[in-house]
Amino acid sequence: MVGYLFLAILVFSLVAFHVGRATGRNFAAPAGGQVHSLPSYHGAFVAVWVGVPALMLLLIWVALQGKVIDSLLIGMLPAAVTEGAAPAEISLILSEIKNVAAGRIFGQPTPEVRAAAEALLRWEEIARWSMVVVVLALMLVAMFFAHARLAPRFQARNSVERFLTGLMIAAAAAAILITIGIIASLVIESASFFNKVPIQEFLFGLRWEPQMAIRADQVAGSGAFGAVPVFMGTLLISVIAMVVAVPVGLFAAIFLVEYASEPVRNVVKPILEMLAGVPTVVYGFFAVLTVAPAVRQAGSVLGIAVSPNAALAAGAVMGIMLIPFISSLSDDALRAVPRTMRDGSLAMGATRAETMTKVLLPAALPGIMGGILLALSRAIGETMIVVMAAGLIATLTINPIDSVTTVTVQIVTLLIGDTEFDSPKTLAAFALGLVLFLVTLGLNVIALTIVRKYREQYD
Amino acid sequence: MSEATISAGAGSAIGSDEVVARRRRRYAADARLRLYGIAAISTAIGLLGVLVLTLAIGGYQAFVQTHIRVEFPLSIEHVDPGNPAKGNWRAVVSAGIQALLPGAESAQRTRAIGQILTNNTQFFVRDAVLRDPSVIGRSITLEVPASDPFDQLNKGVIKRDTPAANRRLSDEQIDWFDALAAQGRVSTPFNWGLIFNADSRFPEIAGLSGAIVGSFYALLVCFLISFPVGIAAAAYLEEFAPRNRWTDVIEVNINNLAAVPSIVFGLLGLAVFIQIFGLPRSAPLVGGLVLSLMTLPTIIIVTRNALKAVPPSIREAAFGMGASKHQVILHHVLPLALPGIMTGTIIGLAQALGETAPLLLIGMNAFITSPPGGVMEASTALPTQIYIWADSPERGFVARTSAGILVLLAFLIVMNGIAIFLRQRLERRW
Repeated sequence: MVGYLFLAILVFSLVAFHVGRATGRNFAAPAGGQVHSLPSYHGAFVAVWVGVPALMLLLIWVALQGKVIDSLLIGMLPAAVTEGAAPAEISLILSEIKNVAAGRIFGQPTPEVRAAAEALLRWEEIARWSMVVVVLALMLVAMFFAHARLAPRFQARNSVERFLTGLMIAAAAAAILITIGIIASLVIESASFFNKVPIQEFLFGLRWEPQMAIRADQVAGSGAFGAVPVFMGTLLISVIAMVVAVPVGLFAAIFLVEYASEPVRNVVKPILEMLAGVPTVVYGFFAVLTVAPAVRQAGSVLGIAVSPNAALAAGAVMGIMLIPFISSLSDDALRAVPRTMRDGSLAMGATRAETMTKVLLPAALPGIMGGILLALSRAIGETMIVVMAAGLIATLTINPIDSVTTVTVQIVTLLIGDTEFDSPKTLAAFALGLVLFLVTLGLNVIALTIVRKYREQYD
Repeated sequence: MSEATISAGAGSAIGSDEVVARRRRRYAADARLRLYGIAAISTAIGLLGVLVLTLAIGGYQAFVQTHIRVEFPLSIEHVDPGNPAKGNWRAVVSAGIQALLPGAESAQRTRAIGQILTNNTQFFVRDAVLRDPSVIGRSITLEVPASDPFDQLNKGVIKRDTPAANRRLSDEQIDWFDALAAQGRVSTPFNWGLIFNADSRFPEIAGLSGAIVGSFYALLVCFLISFPVGIAAAAYLEEFAPRNRWTDVIEVNINNLAAVPSIVFGLLGLAVFIQIFGLPRSAPLVGGLVLSLMTLPTIIIVTRNALKAVPPSIREAAFGMGASKHQVILHHVLPLALPGIMTGTIIGLAQALGETAPLLLIGMNAFITSPPGGVMEASTALPTQIYIWADSPERGFVARTSAGILVLLAFLIVMNGIAIFLRQRLERRW
């Protein structure tokens, strides 16, 4: 029904456009002037007035209808049922009513539920038809008034352009809205987590055992939410990744900037970019299937016991993922150094290596540092590789062949499956998400500031 | 004389052993740095090669599937011609199996031999008969997928020379399979099921169709939202917006959004779209919404660059002809920038296609055995399906995971190829 209404709105708008344009075409130029707007702007003006309010009304209606009917249903249930019932119980009753109304009857529903189900069907019918009537009526009224405003000197183009500008401002504001949405959802959920678990315990506690009992009779840990081991694990894996990625990426960039001939560069750069385009879930599978067994085998050859989910495997694969990132940012930074500096150094008789290490690298260092910080922020926020290849148990260690867990792994494990929004276990994921967001944001801001400052030096 | 002054600066004469040695050292350092660079690049390319090679070696076997030809007698006693859907398909299957190998009289032995075929054989037979009910009363010959262990045996993953205790198949089972092979019943055609079947608990009939359809719907939603909104936002910021603090805030914001970890968008989707708006979990609609939030900054950035690349002379000419600002942008600048925008959008969508973490949080890693019928129905996506299979213990899923990854990579290569094609053919250089 809603789909048909969308279609109806579309059709009505098209009709309105044609009606408006036809009216506009028939305007004769008034004495001493011209018709202000082209006919199609008259058409667009009417179409906007017909389509947009109806569309907004429909969206609001669809968003609110379920909630209104739910509260009506709760209101009609006898007080004995709803009195003192927890919100979860009421939502259970509601879903039973909806099941009965849809014909999925399990067991014997109580008479109240049957009555409510009938009422639900009746109200939904009423709501459906009144929605159709109201939306259609709104479109007709809007069409009448908008059409009545058309006149030879009417500034239809300006109206339409104002509307378009408004639309564009709304789109640009959407970016802000997303950020606000992220911050609000993280902060609100984290706040209710910190109501249950003190913030200092979360930030400085040394034990992380979030698997706590949901029901009273379950055997499980009592739950401990000290996130230091999780942070340490994240740091360990990120550092391993950087140890792999920075030298390889940097030397690759040096080679591409200083030594590679044009054809070599044209072949090598796209291949490196391919490495960046591989989805992270693929790297995760690669880590589990190839790298982790290889690390384990290497360990057993050397006589070291390597944990099956060694941080080394996850970190190394993450490093591979970051190589193209580091190399392309370093490449940019090295290329941004003015050519005169490089040529001057070479003209003094320095070798290319000396030019690179004594002139280009120092000059490009801020840019490279910015790139490394951006890569670090990527490593911290990377999820799939660690979800597949790192461990679940939070151990406080800096041993790279031990199993550690990371912030992103914990967020995923805490939220996968059925989630209840009031247990500390679920909310802890949002607290971890908040920390992750703030840390990566901080790193990005620092990195971008460094890069920008440095760019200005040579501009 | 002049030679003396130069050599005084260097400390010794040109051509002296000391100078030559120093020069050799300096050149050696130069060669060393070059070597490090070559080593780094070979490492990176080698790793990419290893990655692709492991996937190809692990995955190529999943592109074929062992099938076994079986005749199923359809006696009227088991299948009622008036109502074939209600037939006793289990009995039909046992009858077919009994005819396969001699001495399969006891029910126990029939069941054991029946394990050579996939668990869903009865549904295969039923669907085939429902397509063509005229065969009832006669018999029907079908190519039925072999179950996972026998498939692995046929592909050589389960080796015959491993001791029977460490093998998933007993010697007797291997003999049965060999007997069937000797009868010419075993074939390994291309595994169309990998692409056209939905997910299943049994690797031999698990396929990607649910994931492909789910990913398609999610990308469709993502495109429908992020493309118009992204272009509108970019056009405003680039062409209309006054340079003030607000637009600065928006710009910084967009740059930072592009670097927010993807999992945070998953948290947003969970808290806002599922918790507050009450949209269904696992739905491609929610997945597409979350992906559109992530793609939006990319599209805004590429659109702004494409708009910047349109030379001012175009704008000035249009203004000179009396066009309004909106007309200049809508009628002239945007159409000229469109190839660049499309290229960036396709690359953004390719990134979104490979994105996994946010989809896990909104539940698109559910076990669903049929493709979704719409954007509101629970479904998986390609990367999450790969994640599910990677987590499955059955041996057959290892190959399927690699094969799934190869399919995903093929989609990505095609999308990026289209983007490169568009860039080269349509983009105008001014």
